[in-house]
Amino acid sequence: MISKRIVLHFPRRLVGEPVVSNLVKRFDLDFNILKASVTPNEEGLMVLSISGDESACDAGLAYLTDAGLTVEPLSEDVVRNESRCTQCGACTSVCSTGALAVDRATMEVRFTSDKCIACQYCVKACPMKAMEVRF
Amino acid sequence: MSKTIREINDRIASGKAVVVTAEEIISIVEKKGVEAAAREVDVVTTGTFGPMCSSGAYINVGHTKPRIKLGGGTVLINDVPAYAGLAAVDLYLGATAIPDDDPRNKRSPGDFGYGGGHVIEELVAGKDVRLTATAYGTDCYPRKKLETLLNIKDLNEAVLFNPRNAYQNYNVAVNPSGKTIYTYLGVLKANLGNANYCSAGQLSPLLNDPLYKTIGIGTRIFLGGGEGYVVWQGTQHNPGVPRSENGVPKAPAATLAVLGDLKKMNATWLKGASFQGYGVTLNVGIGIPIPILSEEIVRYTAVRDDEIFAPIVDYSKAYPEREPGSLGSVSYAQLKSGHITISGKEVPTAPLSSYPKAREIAGILKSWIQEGKFFLTEPVAGLPGADSGYAFKPLVERAIA
Repeated sequence: MISKRIVLHFPRRLVGEPVVSNLVKRFDLDFNILKASVTPNEEGLMVLSISGDESACDAGLAYLTDAGLTVEPLSEDVVRNESRCTQCGACTSVCSTGALAVDRATMEVRFTSDKCIACQYCVKACPMKAMEVRF
Repeated sequence: MSKTIREINDRIASGKAVVVTAEEIISIVEKKGVEAAAREVDVVTTGTFGPMCSSGAYINVGHTKPRIKLGGGTVLINDVPAYAGLAAVDLYLGATAIPDDDPRNKRSPGDFGYGGGHVIEELVAGKDVRLTATAYGTDCYPRKKLETLLNIKDLNEAVLFNPRNAYQNYNVAVNPSGKTIYTYLGVLKANLGNANYCSAGQLSPLLNDPLYKTIGIGTRIFLGGGEGYVVWQGTQHNPGVPRSENGVPKAPAATLAVLGDLKKMNATWLKGASFQGYGVTLNVGIGIPIPILSEEIVRYTAVRDDEIFAPIVDYSKAYPEREPGSLGSVSYAQLKSGHITISGKEVPTAPLSSYPKAREIAGILKSWIQEGKFFLTEPVAGLPGADSGYAFKPLVERAIA
């Protein structure tokens, strides 16, 4: 069982195709849409987290490429510098995917990098400059 | 039942003092009752760790050979301006100072990546900082230029002296307008997109002694990882605001001016902070011990988040225009749940004050007292109280003739 975060670029002709649901039907992959935008007359963009058997992931990605999509790994990573983070929680108000969230029992701030789409809003909003971008 | 601070200090000296945090006292009072809790517990420790802009440090850098009079001159530390309107080599470095060449909000929102708060953090961490200065030269202080590295260990004095810290309660900031705004309470998204708050609630020092029955001028405290003292009421001290039946103010009220030896502090508890579109500040860690002198005092320290209420303030219009009124009131229990409801809309909340760090500070202070390393002080004077008439006034502008 592995998990990958990928960026899909849809050409205009494929915007109407159910390619993502085919990942589930044909390859038994789980997916989580982290970010999606499709504008009329332009291409679509989707950031996706997929998980499943390694061989199924490879086959699913090959299917997407064959279907005419451009598939790229999410190349930027946002990481937390633990020595600067003070566990305040300011970042959680700008994080749209819940990658940064407060554990209500302890009030500690959890960073789940699998959910991060590298939008980098937290990088600016963190008063301690604890969130850093790695390429 | 009543105890004195001297009796409590004797118990600390003999290692017998019972010390608990302001979180722990809640369940003790719930289980055993006020009377037993007051008898058994000697000290309740509090804590808070958040951005506190009215902070800074004064330093004495020692005399050069030949001498220079920095007083009246221009002084930069790591390019951040320091206040030199004092004697020859005394300086005050304020938390919010920023380099002259910082672009500020020229392209809004500015980053404010480095300033006085960061210089203080680096000094405390033992890093060398760069001092560059120009002076006008006198017969007794002939030198006009100075460029040197400084290290905190070589300074004669380095004293953290914060005119306003540890606010007793604070506003919850929201933005009902149509565009994102950048404030000292963080990024506020349009159309009530989020609500930010800044208090340790049930762990916060002054919320555990709402009527200043034990905290006063001369109270020894945890400050920035070292020891400090309450030296005065803080600026904008405003004890006369409306209060709940438990004595807890329903709006920002008391503040403290605090002071302590910067050389004995720790950069874990003094951290420079950058607020996008707003500026630079310093996150300060403060913990105050509350001696349990009576049942009344233990009742105050058992206050819970659901009994402390904060006003919701519109930072897009009401705050900048200094218009009175709020959009309602919420408890810290609601704020800490992650969502509050404003005019029927569910709004996610986020803290700016670190609750985990506040808890850690209360725990450190507890262990200092348990180990006999920290003793309580009797205040030499009280803070202006709820009925004192002491109030926070606005500036009434008058035309210059």
